[in-house]
Amino acid sequence: MKIVVLVKQVPDTWGARRLNLDTGWLDRGGSEAVIDEIDERALEAALAYQDSNDAEVVALTMGPDSAKDMLRKSLAMGADSAVHILDSRLAGADLAWTARVIAAALTKLGYDLVIAGNESTDGRGGVLPALVAEHLGVPLASYLDSVAITADSIAGERSTELGTMSVRAPLPAVISVTERTAEARFPNFKGILRAKKKPVTVWSLDDLGADAAASPVRSVVLATSERPARSAGTQIVDDGTAGVELAEFLAARHLI
Amino acid sequence: MSNYRPPVSDLAFVLEHVVGYPDVARLPGFEHADLATVVELLEQCGDFMANVVAPTNQPGDVEGARRQPDGSVTTPASFKPAYRQYVDAGWGSVPFPEEFDGGGFPWSVGLAIQEMLASSNMAFALCPLLTQGAIDALLHHGDQAQKLRYLPKMISGEWTGTMNLTEPQAGSDVGALTTRAVPRADGTYAITGQKIYITYGEHDMADQIVHLVLARTPNAPAGTKGISCFIVPKFLVNDDGSLGEHNGVNCLSIEHKLGIHGAPTCVLSYEDATGYLIGEENLGMRIMFVMMNSARLSVGTQGLAIGERAYQQALDFAQERRQGLAIGATGVNSAIIDHPDVRRMLLTQKAYLAALRRLMLFNAVHMDRSTHDPDETGRARANEIVGLLTPICKSFGTDLGVELTSLALQVYGGMGYIEETGASQHYRDVRITPIYEGTNGIQAADLVGRKLGIRDGASVTEFLSTMREVEAELADAGDEFDSIRLELGRQFDTLETATQWMLRTGRADPNAVLSGSTPYLRMWGLCTGGWLLARSALAARGIDDAELAETQLVLARFYAEQLLPQSGGLFGAATAGSRDLFALDAAALSDSARLRQNAPLN
Repeated sequence: MKIVVLVKQVPDTWGARRLNLDTGWLDRGGSEAVIDEIDERALEAALAYQDSNDAEVVALTMGPDSAKDMLRKSLAMGADSAVHILDSRLAGADLAWTARVIAAALTKLGYDLVIAGNESTDGRGGVLPALVAEHLGVPLASYLDSVAITADSIAGERSTELGTMSVRAPLPAVISVTERTAEARFPNFKGILRAKKKPVTVWSLDDLGADAAASPVRSVVLATSERPARSAGTQIVDDGTAGVELAEFLAARHLI
Repeated sequence: MSNYRPPVSDLAFVLEHVVGYPDVARLPGFEHADLATVVELLEQCGDFMANVVAPTNQPGDVEGARRQPDGSVTTPASFKPAYRQYVDAGWGSVPFPEEFDGGGFPWSVGLAIQEMLASSNMAFALCPLLTQGAIDALLHHGDQAQKLRYLPKMISGEWTGTMNLTEPQAGSDVGALTTRAVPRADGTYAITGQKIYITYGEHDMADQIVHLVLARTPNAPAGTKGISCFIVPKFLVNDDGSLGEHNGVNCLSIEHKLGIHGAPTCVLSYEDATGYLIGEENLGMRIMFVMMNSARLSVGTQGLAIGERAYQQALDFAQERRQGLAIGATGVNSAIIDHPDVRRMLLTQKAYLAALRRLMLFNAVHMDRSTHDPDETGRARANEIVGLLTPICKSFGTDLGVELTSLALQVYGGMGYIEETGASQHYRDVRITPIYEGTNGIQAADLVGRKLGIRDGASVTEFLSTMREVEAELADAGDEFDSIRLELGRQFDTLETATQWMLRTGRADPNAVLSGSTPYLRMWGLCTGGWLLARSALAARGIDDAELAETQLVLARFYAEQLLPQSGGLFGAATAGSRDLFALDAAALSDSARLRQNAPLN
């Protein structure tokens, strides 16, 4: 079985995160770049299957040159190889275009199962796995809290507002996992050394064909501005009328 | 997330620019251990330690190890799963030979890992540390069958190891031990006796414990010349490598201690236990000496490691805690880090810790040279330097460990005395380090009694000259480095004079030399630390990193101007001889103002 895990380099959740106001893009110098924690869990789901089954695990990313460090960590954790889609034309690509490019790469690479995190910690779009599945024309099982992989199917559970939904799909398929899935393993010392010898393939847009290069739709950033500083809140001092004032305050904002 | 921040960037800087690690990576056998690989390993290792091991530190202290009625010992609940992950991640195997599934990396890299492990949780770290000592002894003196049977699983960490030296009447005087080893017809020995202070002598973190036990065979010579070393596994090992019946070793009790509560300190009883001789009979002390340098360097590193963890927490606290208004500040109050005396405490910790890290790694790099330099004279010289620096690393590292954790606690004020903040745990945990693995008094005796006399004093004199080469470099480096050069020069002069006194006095009056040995060792610690910080400041100039250069300059200057001068102040104590130490008898020491006999009471 060939499992492709979508991994993304993101700014460390614990560091400062900023936008570049000129481009509207993420300021990558703002904090340490790391592999998204949710993608580590996606990788863990693949590696856990590989621990006791015959499977090839490939880490796939699209990102700037620095993303290769994060691919190195994916390989150290246990992925067999990595693919890096690297093209300066993709800087600032929106979700729709990104999904198109990743789908093209997956088609070129071949896959039985694609595993992604449910949403990235920086963009928080949460729709990329669905867009990719749509392009590929395969089933999508998203937001899975647990994952059971067999040779020809996947199954899992998804939490809803009302309860738990059991979902299953035949392979090939795309799935996305939540933070409730198993915590990722730490790279093993010998795994880190082996990772240095594992192959990392770099593809440009030209390698992926005209379809990927020419996105029919594109979001364009027209203007960006700093989030306004928080203003002082309203203080209500209880002189016997606080209840009424509070109700009026909430009603004025259509909150009740 | 824990509050421990692994000092990987300082470790990387020191390895590359201060202690000459790139030369180690060029030694035959270390080609795979290039600096870039090592730094990547340290980053991943630090990440592991901070996230998996460091969070177990405080809960482990509160919970402690417990002996169960059936004689088994349970470690704190968080230890077993963390140890499982530690074994899976393979961090214990890094510096051991590839032949036995180790990583084949230099000892200096292993020591950097040890620092982060001990910072994360010293009580936990003792388990791998004792295992490492047992591995070291087996590697050098075990036969091939013993190595193949025990080493791969000990190196991976699946089996742990212990060192059994101490008995109630045999502490610093190991030669007084009485545990018996009686040969059996099948070539094994029957071991009977009681051992105390056995760290991780019984626990639940691994399936097997490999005890190395010092014992006496019948008719063995008295004292240290009659000691042999045996492997006594907790479970006998079957020919296929599986574990067989329980050997005749049991944990009678565990100690209630000042610190390291998570680490069981056991009284072990051996009753007709099956032991396998390592090497030949009566070689036990020689086998212990093999692992002594590395074990003592590891304990010195514990002083650094706990000091570092305590410092990081004190630094965080000093930024949060607000008391009083600093000079020139406005508002209601200031973070206490803005008060000069708190700054002094913090900078004192940082400068000493930086000095210690450099000293430990400098020693470790010479250990690597002593084993891997293709040139025999190079190996021999490196070995001399290791011999000279090891007692200094052990004593200075652990004495400072106690002093710096105390200073970190002081930063907290009253809250440092409250267990909840965690500051006092470091102070309690580190207190064992000046005691075990040869008390610091023993280290000082080793320095003046064994190490100074090497080649009639030429070894130590050459090392002093090597250190003094830094003065010319400082002179060329510009005015900013002047005060560092002047103070280092002054203190090197005094250290040289004290060394000459030691060499001159040693043969005629060994008691005088021993009397001054502890302050003399401290002078060495202070001077080598100042020397390595000066080298750091010089090296940092050459890198395109203004912030790093500034930090290293300030640390070296603060140390030279404000900490190093203590060295000269110790000269009097180092060279005073024994007169006053023995001038008062025990009765006089017990009561300095006794009533005069027969004096009228009214």
